Amino acid sequence: MLHIYCPYCEEYREEEEFRPKGEAHIARPAEPEATSDEAWGDYLFFRKNPRGLHHEQWYHAAGCRKFFNATRDTVSYQILETYKAGQQPTVSAAASGKKVAK
Amino acid sequence: MQHYSGFGLVKHGLSHHENWQRMWRNPVPKSQYDVIVVGGGGHGLATAYYLAKVHGITNVAVIEKGWLGGGNTARNTTIVRSNYLWDEAAWLYEHAMKLWEGLSQDLNYNVMFSQRGVMNLGHTLQDMRDIHRRVNANRLNGIDGEVLDVKQVQEIVPIMDCSRNTRYPVLGASWQPRAGVARHDAVAWGFARGADALGVDLLQQTEVTGFRISGGKVLGVETNRGYIGGKTIGVVTAGNSGVLAKMAGFKLPVESHPLQALVSEPMKPILDTVVMSNHVHGYVSQSDKGDLVIGAGIDGYNGYGQRGSYPTIEHTLQAIVELFPMFSRVRMNRQWGGIVDTCPDACPIISATPVGGLFFNCGWGTGGFKATPGSGHVFAATLAEGKAHPLAAPFSIDRFISGKLIDEHGAAGVAH
Repeated sequence: MLHIYCPYCEEYREEEEFRPKGEAHIARPAEPEATSDEAWGDYLFFRKNPRGLHHEQWYHAAGCRKFFNATRDTVSYQILETYKAGQQPTVSAAASGKKVAK
Repeated sequence: MQHYSGFGLVKHGLSHHENWQRMWRNPVPKSQYDVIVVGGGGHGLATAYYLAKVHGITNVAVIEKGWLGGGNTARNTTIVRSNYLWDEAAWLYEHAMKLWEGLSQDLNYNVMFSQRGVMNLGHTLQDMRDIHRRVNANRLNGIDGEVLDVKQVQEIVPIMDCSRNTRYPVLGASWQPRAGVARHDAVAWGFARGADALGVDLLQQTEVTGFRISGGKVLGVETNRGYIGGKTIGVVTAGNSGVLAKMAGFKLPVESHPLQALVSEPMKPILDTVVMSNHVHGYVSQSDKGDLVIGAGIDGYNGYGQRGSYPTIEHTLQAIVELFPMFSRVRMNRQWGGIVDTCPDACPIISATPVGGLFFNCGWGTGGFKATPGSGHVFAATLAEGKAHPLAAPFSIDRFISGKLIDEHGAAGVAH
């Protein structure tokens, strides 16, 4: 059972209160009409799916019902940080270097 | 290859079963192959087998980082069925079903394919409407299927709680009599033995660390045992497909999730069919050994750790115990997770890639085992001819750009 820190409620709660909502920081193309099929397909369907650190959205479904982001290792499942929607992560795969589990 | 028969069993019994031939060699990698298959699970081994058998291409290597059939092939709940809604998916899975029906004879290896029927329960009016629609679609495609009412369901599975007293009462089901289960390990071993006998090199504990690509065409793979050249390379690595695609320099529309299963202690025969429910989300069958084999949905987050989370186990068992109150005191023996590569439309990708000579067969998500022979058969044809087999053509990666998805999400009436 993961214990997840909700940055809005400012406390740790159990995994069951939350719903994972996939990769974070995906920007909708600014001009959909001018976007190529490739770029639109990429926006809709193609994900980074990394083996290692993943920036992802979570939804505090049984709590404050707000979306926030987390940086999580997809092999060890360790959550390194959570941060509010609209903010940028402070931990990244490049910065943490070798610490990412293989 | 040593032929297996009842007579052989008696003969080897006289020498205390000490002189059985090894099922496959453990060869040293050659420097160059016509075809390299990356991934030694069921689909990869089936691909190699059909390449050698159907297409006469025997200079083939299967490269596996662990041991044969040690990934999702060994971790699934062994259910085989072909009652998919959409034509493209139905044809592909039915192609596999037809191969399953003759597989033990074809491989001279008992894969213990048991056509004990699969039941997909309906718990709401909408479930039942979807079941009618799917069964009608199946029958138009020549796939067996029946709609059962609750009385018929109760006759087939007397131990299930079909009363009106449950939170989600059973209203009926779809029923595919030809569907069933197969022994998952035997499928991998049978294909491995067959492929090896036809000259395929099975290279275990050989991990691909990169692709050698020149001028947009693949030349071979870098491995922990050195460089191995291959004119055509097929990647069949399930949950790790995204990692391999990244090595080759492109992205796939798949996300990797843990999918769990669990088995109980062995019991006397109590359930002689497969029961699945999409609505309360669980599925259960009983193996020949007597243990209940139980599964449900994926863990919602991306993950590569081959284990799952406890809330998912709890949800799964809630569903099973609601359907089968008598199972509430059964003790669970083991629990594990595999990494499934899920596609946005819950259908596989069998496709050429931006790199010439490099093909991917992935994205089977939670339902790959049932397709093992069919997947290998059409992927072998795709690799042999350099273009998609007609049954594989709709499953090109291009569909995520053109928008021509095959939306089996929920449509197949199960747990995706």
